[in-house]
Amino acid sequence: MKLKVNGREYTVDGAALEKRLIDYLRDDLDLTGAKNACDIGACGACTVLLNNEPTKICPRYVKELEGASIVTIEGLASADGTLHPLQQAFVDAGAIQCGFCTPGMVLTAHALHQQIINAIEAAAPFYQHKKE
Amino acid sequence: MDSFYKFSARFAELSKPQRTQSREISIDACGIIRDPLGCSKYFLFYSSVIVISMKNWRNDAYAKVTGKTKFTDDLKFANLLHAVPVYSDYVHAEILSINTAAAAQSDGVVRVITAKDIPGSNRHGQIVRDLRILADDRIRYNGDVVAIIVAETRDQAIRATALVKVDARELPSLLDPEKALEPDAPLIHEDLGTNVINTHKVRRGDVDAGFRDSDLILEQKFETQFVEHAYMETEASVCQQRPDGVMEVYGSMQHPFSTRRFVSRFLGVALSEVEVLGTPLGGGFGGKDDTAAIVCARTALASKLTGRPVKMMYKRIWSMRESYKRHPYRVYYKMGVSKNGIIRAVQTKIIADGGAYCSVTPWVTWRSTVQCCGPYVVDNVHCDTIGVYTNNVFTGAMRGFGSPQMNFVIEQMVEMAAEKLGMSPIEFRRRNMVRQGSVTITGQKLDNHAVAMEQVLDAVMKEIRYDEKIGQSSYGAVDKDEWYGIGLAMSYRGVSLGAEGVDLCAAIINVQADGSVILEVGVHENGQGSESAMMLLLAEELGIDVERIRYRRSSTSTIPDSGTTVASRGTIMGGGALKMAARELKAKIGAVIAPIVGGTPEQLRYEKNAIVGTSSSIAFDAAMAEMFNAKVFPHGFGIYQAPKVSWDDEHGRGDAYFTWVYGCQAIELTVNRTTGKVKLLNAVAAHDVGKAINPGMAEGQFFGGMAMGIGYALHEEVIMKDGRIVNTNFNTYRIPRSMDMPEMKAIIVENNDTTTPTGAKSLGEPTNELMAPAIANALYHATGERRFVLPMRVGKKEARGVE
Repeated sequence: MKLKVNGREYTVDGAALEKRLIDYLRDDLDLTGAKNACDIGACGACTVLLNNEPTKICPRYVKELEGASIVTIEGLASADGTLHPLQQAFVDAGAIQCGFCTPGMVLTAHALHQQIINAIEAAAPFYQHKKE
Repeated sequence: MDSFYKFSARFAELSKPQRTQSREISIDACGIIRDPLGCSKYFLFYSSVIVISMKNWRNDAYAKVTGKTKFTDDLKFANLLHAVPVYSDYVHAEILSINTAAAAQSDGVVRVITAKDIPGSNRHGQIVRDLRILADDRIRYNGDVVAIIVAETRDQAIRATALVKVDARELPSLLDPEKALEPDAPLIHEDLGTNVINTHKVRRGDVDAGFRDSDLILEQKFETQFVEHAYMETEASVCQQRPDGVMEVYGSMQHPFSTRRFVSRFLGVALSEVEVLGTPLGGGFGGKDDTAAIVCARTALASKLTGRPVKMMYKRIWSMRESYKRHPYRVYYKMGVSKNGIIRAVQTKIIADGGAYCSVTPWVTWRSTVQCCGPYVVDNVHCDTIGVYTNNVFTGAMRGFGSPQMNFVIEQMVEMAAEKLGMSPIEFRRRNMVRQGSVTITGQKLDNHAVAMEQVLDAVMKEIRYDEKIGQSSYGAVDKDEWYGIGLAMSYRGVSLGAEGVDLCAAIINVQADGSVILEVGVHENGQGSESAMMLLLAEELGIDVERIRYRRSSTSTIPDSGTTVASRGTIMGGGALKMAARELKAKIGAVIAPIVGGTPEQLRYEKNAIVGTSSSIAFDAAMAEMFNAKVFPHGFGIYQAPKVSWDDEHGRGDAYFTWVYGCQAIELTVNRTTGKVKLLNAVAAHDVGKAINPGMAEGQFFGGMAMGIGYALHEEVIMKDGRIVNTNFNTYRIPRSMDMPEMKAIIVENNDTTTPTGAKSLGEPTNELMAPAIANALYHATGERRFVLPMRVGKKEARGVE
């Protein structure tokens, strides 16, 4: 089956299909930014964007995710290493300590940010109309 | 609509791509540097040198926001095996046999290890060697590990755990510390001949006379709970034996040197045969000491026995089951006060549940003993503290280290006494608090540093407008659906280890021929930003840009044993060692460079990436090239030893700590009368930190400490049922979440401390020890009821149990 991770398409087969997504990302793709810290999707350290939704993936299996598109923390900055504005905001605000679950926080914040932007864009014509 | 547009404008701005740009900074008249990226920088003044400290600057920020930081479980090795622990269902039992035959035959299993495979010693402990890394004679608590399974994959290892059979004779389990103290109680460690881990005392004045002279005597019993550190990264280790025989240990730990002692003793090899490499740590809070070292030791043995690299990565449920917790305390407290609001006498008995093993119980309870009267002058004190073995999960170091329990007691007692006297609790505090030159309950005169107790109290009261708001408290008024309360608490705290341990630290500055610098300090980066703080200090010492410095995460093989990064000692001890190393380095530089730029070595100034003499100056990098030409290596090694402290165990007195820190925290909250739901509104904290090396990171310590304190006060409790932990994951063990947090304000008070080389003192723990009593007082002012048991439950939640 196919899976898109950080914009790149992967073909997954064999034993990898039986894996949990967190293990597939960490072990097979060496994307270790997402962590498995509780095994049950309670703490959020395993958060990635699954079809643009921030998702705690540690209880999810690869085989359930045919055709899904995933963005991990490694896929957020530009290819040249420039930080995404939200990552830069974390740096500037000093919002980092041990950093273990920072990837989950950044991605969750990013998704919220996107939701708000989408809401603003969707609402803009309405307010435009009101203003006129 | 206005705010909606402002909101959208802010997010639109945020979503614009931002290029990393070179930072041109300007300095304005008041000494604050303006930076185009908004990362404000501050001048710090001390030791008559002007330094630039970049608020929030961290050397590891980029790696951490991009997920590139490699924590222990992120490390990969070829041919790697996986190890997992095996537990038994017993709480207290004599082991008859451990049958591993079926597990050894299981798919993928390479080796099953039990205590009989240990080449070295199985008896470990920082104070008392009562801890078995693998259970041998007995199971003493439900988290004891009976075997290790090593397999090709982690899943295979986990599958085989069910096949290990433990045959044991069940023993009665002692789960109540006071029952464990009864004369006929069975012994948990028979060889020790007692269930008492340790005792401490304070004897001052004459308490009987003190109570006779008192107009009011209050007595109250308090109880606190087991608390989990809840570091986000569970225990993990990867070990591999190098071709030269040295065992390399990577792991999630606060204490590389402590870990090395455990590993070498367990393997039966010299300290030099084990190299523990500092690895980025996903949280510790005091909890990554004994348990972390044990996990590393087991992993090292697995690697040694299989000849392959081995990784052991703990599941949360194992971590919560096995790792040590914060001590539950039972405190009997009696306080006598005179009509005019002076504390005449305190008598207290403190019972700490140490669980199955000693760990650092004697040190934790020593701090509780020394600080048993809070920041108040009391002339007559009689304190007895006792640490007790039980068959509960063992207890050890956790942020606060014996003070959060006592502050919960004391800061309620003073308010109860004041109220009974009809006096304002603030005025009561002012009449009794330590001031410049006061003598503590252990006989230490506070005259070598600024005693800032009243300063921090005033700072908090002013910021939160306490005097104005206290009158709005509801006290459980029946005509209100929502009750309001405000409360505060204050403390002083001895800095660093005090008379509990050896306080030494080393640093190495290794300047290269091109003027770049490699820095190594014997304190460990626990996520708090200690590497960044050390780099900022060195940049200031050498007058160079911090970007020239690279921090080399030290290994136990490259720097002398500098003790553990605990007790809020990192910045003080590391900073002290760094200053000493810089002194040695500058002596070498001075000998070569002073003749070139004029003046004596002492006259040289290090500023703006140059060394300035009386006649000329030389760029720092050119100067370093000169050093190499002159065949003098610009290398500095420094050791800092904490100032002398003393303790007389027999009489319970002494100069317990070389300096003290002062803190005050206040909080406003509401309680829903029907549901009992507590909503935290606004919290303010002021701490005298001596000097904030990195103000942004210092604020982080405030907020983190307060958040943990809130969990301690209202949410967290490890629930035990018949000696087994019930809530072993984050769905049932509830730590505070962002939605539970109040607005928080950090007030950094700076009274440059002359007892420390950098002027800085402790912060990590002081911030954690005041929220519970502040909330307790606020809850009283809201509901009109006092709560003497932690965590505090209100209304429907009054009954103990999982939420």
